[in-house]
Amino acid sequence: MKSDNQPAPAVAEAIHSVAEKLTRRNFIKGVIAGGATVSAGYLFGLSGCSSETETAAVATVTPAPGTIERLISLNVNGMVRRVDVLPQETLAMTLRYRLGLTGTKLGCDRGECGACTTLLDGVPVYSCSTLTHTVRGRQITTIEGLEGPNGELHPVQQAFIDELGPQCGFCTPGQVMSAVALLKVNPDPTREEARQALAGNLCRCGAYDNYLNSVMRAARAS
Amino acid sequence: MSYNLIGKDFVPPDVMGKVTGKAKYSEDFRAEGMLFCRLLLSPMPHARVRSIDTSEALKVPGVVAVLTADDIPAPPPPTRPVLTNEPHYVGQPILALAAENETAAQDALEKIKLDLEPLPFTVDPLESLYPGGPNALTEGNHVISQGFQSSLKTTKWTAGDFAAVEEGQLPAGEADSEWTYGDIEAGFKNAKVVIDESFVTASLAHQSMEPRSAMAYWENGKCYLHASCQSQSFPFQFLPAMIGVEPENLVFIAEYCGGGFGSKGSAYSDMTIPAHMSKKTGRPVMLRVSRSEEYYIGSARPGFQGRIKMGFRADGRVTAVDLYIVQDNGPETGFSDYSAAADAISLIYTPESMRWRGIRVQTNTPPVGPQRGPGRNQIAGVIEPLIDKAARQLGIDRKVIRLLNNPTSDTKFGPNKSTLTSAYIKEALEQGAQDFNWEQKKQLSGQRNGPKVIGIGIGQAHHPGGATGFDGLVRITPDGILHIHTGVGNLGTYSHSGTSRAAAEALKYNWDHCIIERGDSSKHLPWNLAQFGSNTSFTMTRTNYVAAMDAVNKLKEIAAMDLGGTPADYDIGDEKVFLKTDPDQHLTYAAAAQRAIELGGKFSGQEAPGDINPMTKRSVAGLAGTGLIGVAKDNLEIKGAPPAFGTAYMQIELDTETGTFEITDYVAVADCGTVIHPQSLATQMKGGAVMGIGMATLERHVYDPQNGLPANVGLYQTKPPSYLDVPPTMKVSAVDKPDPMNPIGARGIGEPIMGCASAALISAISDALGGHVFNRTPVVTDMIINAANGRAQSHKPLQTNTF
Repeated sequence: MKSDNQPAPAVAEAIHSVAEKLTRRNFIKGVIAGGATVSAGYLFGLSGCSSETETAAVATVTPAPGTIERLISLNVNGMVRRVDVLPQETLAMTLRYRLGLTGTKLGCDRGECGACTTLLDGVPVYSCSTLTHTVRGRQITTIEGLEGPNGELHPVQQAFIDELGPQCGFCTPGQVMSAVALLKVNPDPTREEARQALAGNLCRCGAYDNYLNSVMRAARAS
Repeated sequence: MSYNLIGKDFVPPDVMGKVTGKAKYSEDFRAEGMLFCRLLLSPMPHARVRSIDTSEALKVPGVVAVLTADDIPAPPPPTRPVLTNEPHYVGQPILALAAENETAAQDALEKIKLDLEPLPFTVDPLESLYPGGPNALTEGNHVISQGFQSSLKTTKWTAGDFAAVEEGQLPAGEADSEWTYGDIEAGFKNAKVVIDESFVTASLAHQSMEPRSAMAYWENGKCYLHASCQSQSFPFQFLPAMIGVEPENLVFIAEYCGGGFGSKGSAYSDMTIPAHMSKKTGRPVMLRVSRSEEYYIGSARPGFQGRIKMGFRADGRVTAVDLYIVQDNGPETGFSDYSAAADAISLIYTPESMRWRGIRVQTNTPPVGPQRGPGRNQIAGVIEPLIDKAARQLGIDRKVIRLLNNPTSDTKFGPNKSTLTSAYIKEALEQGAQDFNWEQKKQLSGQRNGPKVIGIGIGQAHHPGGATGFDGLVRITPDGILHIHTGVGNLGTYSHSGTSRAAAEALKYNWDHCIIERGDSSKHLPWNLAQFGSNTSFTMTRTNYVAAMDAVNKLKEIAAMDLGGTPADYDIGDEKVFLKTDPDQHLTYAAAAQRAIELGGKFSGQEAPGDINPMTKRSVAGLAGTGLIGVAKDNLEIKGAPPAFGTAYMQIELDTETGTFEITDYVAVADCGTVIHPQSLATQMKGGAVMGIGMATLERHVYDPQNGLPANVGLYQTKPPSYLDVPPTMKVSAVDKPDPMNPIGARGIGEPIMGCASAALISAISDALGGHVFNRTPVVTDMIINAANGRAQSHKPLQTNTF
């Protein structure tokens, strides 16, 4: 066992630079993903909302390279939405912060947990790891787009209620979207197929059994 | 006893929002002019801030303000500061910065010049106890707690204490606490088998799916805070002072919480950052917490380095236990896991004599706090395989040895000869044995099929299951609706609704005519205990019951006033209060509520009982004149402590070549008194099992001891179980015997249903390997391969916080 753990200055510097590198690496990854050539792309470049004061403040700001928004059209839940989007902006951020669709959750922002699962032309994707600019012309479906025209629940949503699928509910929209996508291509899955199909959606409450019961019930119902 | 509502399934009102995406968690709120806040985290495990130069950062376009520890004075260690000038672990927030957008905020953080003086650090409690070993904190290396007060002290053990450490035996130097009952030396002397093992349980992160993002703003002197919190009323005990606002001027909204598991049990410092920043800037502030930040600030279960000696009589009765636990207490106050572990042993196995000693030692790793079954669930995974070992040595059935030692309702346990309200753990174990088919299944133990071998495990766990003395508040409005005001949080267990049904049941209400008022302190909520500690079912059925009975009494008083006779002449039913001898003489609840408003005084909240909490008093005053108010403090009788017990059986198929296993059968039975809501109990039991599987075999802190850097900060590294790590089906049930100290017979259950699963899995792995005990959690694949092939393990004995 070491008896003295006082780091030498050189070690301390190394620690600092390791930590810095870690940050840098993430930072650069973000930039590369964003297709931007200069810094700034790390996180989320848009503002909370556009009040007058804020607009005034922003107007005085010279936008950093890579933070210039571009107006694009997205087809979200059957509606064409015109929206300003940053080059490095993820679909999850566009949905949540531009379009007010907060049913799509961010649990990790790293493609690990699946809380942000949305459908692109019916196929489930992690919207936290999908650049908004890449989904132009695609049909985007979020949890808010599942209900029928008169607010009737999707059979999967109803089954999730009947089986008490959710616990804390944070991962639920993602679970529902994965289940919807599964039943679209496989309306009569085995429990094992459902398990595999939903395996990209983590649930820390561990409600997996109830979620699978929900999927199987939805399959029976539809 | 038959009930209209209790014991029946129903659709909790908050489930709709969860499946439609309409449920709003704290990061889903927006406010006009909202700023975004980012945190500057410590890159070093222990350092002192020499200087912070924010000049370049403040020049970044869009940056609005910076908060440092100089703005929010830090309490003396080990209490957690909001921000700090002496970070105690990699990832501790040093500074918060707000900007018009997150990109600007992050860009600005990169421009801050932080000059840190490195200080000694450690990620291993034993290293800190070694003579001359480093202290994690400048003020000392371990915490002494007295009530809510904690202070730091320095203790070093002698080199002699460490004599046998290389052989893997835990040194047992000076403890910070201890207790003894009975004569353990005599107990060991009378034992036929004595087991003496040192063990390690890893620290592991809570990893709630919702990171603890928060949003706050100030408006007309009031602070509005949207935060991720398990509890609704309880945080008010601390939160107003933490923010610097009078309780009546704080609006706390925690309607939905994306998982807490103990880490969001009450007010925590990080949720106040946007409130402080908003106060400083005059703008709403959103703090979005990332997944890696959640690892740093989101709390963890403390690991143990321990030693247990257990003596067993020839028939399997536990004669003596000697337990020593060194708890990895992280850098802050921590929690009492180490003593809870001892309490659980003293109750589940009721040893004839026992000594417990322990010390909580600070390390430069993320703060630890209560995680689902603190202490008790870690120790379940240690002890249960050792009970198996003793049973094997004595030639006793593994179920029988447990039943022999389990408590009953009359048991007196622990150093204080504590008593229980009731206990049916034996019944749970027997019921599980039936459902699992124990007698046949145990024959499969060790059966091989190529490299695969079957293992059969049993697990048991305990947690206290309730508390008393909190307030209930209900209100009948002139439209006849019953409003059940509850300060219970929304942890995802639906117990805010389940316990509310106790009020509806007592008032014989149609559930469709009831509204649960919760999730927002402006809804006039009563003082309730937090949603932690497996207490809600017991505690808040009592509060809701006493509030409902207060309403019943007032209904009868009003009826007697208006229709003649005395209150005792009246009864209730069909949402009416009627004359027993002539039910046609009645008042509807709606009419009585209207009369209550006219009568005023105690009937509609102009007067309130003297013994209720100030928070409940404020709520009653806020509701005065809006209906018939039922309000009371829970002064119901209580004798003994209500327990919660989980028992489990597991069958696995373990692959000795790959070290992996598949869980092929899982059966769990809970002893939680009357079941309130079967569907919710079932999902809690299964979810608890999933967490237990994670703790037993997947999750742990990993640190680089050289530099104090964490290796596991993302979900793919910390490994919470996925669909594919757990059995596709599980069988769960409850004993469903009422507890005499609860008006509907209910007790809590949330925690031990995790510990029993974790223990059953480790017991099953051990069984598959012919009784090999690892004395270390998590039991990961390489450990299994090594054990299966007779190779030495790669970790050093007692090594912790590492691979």
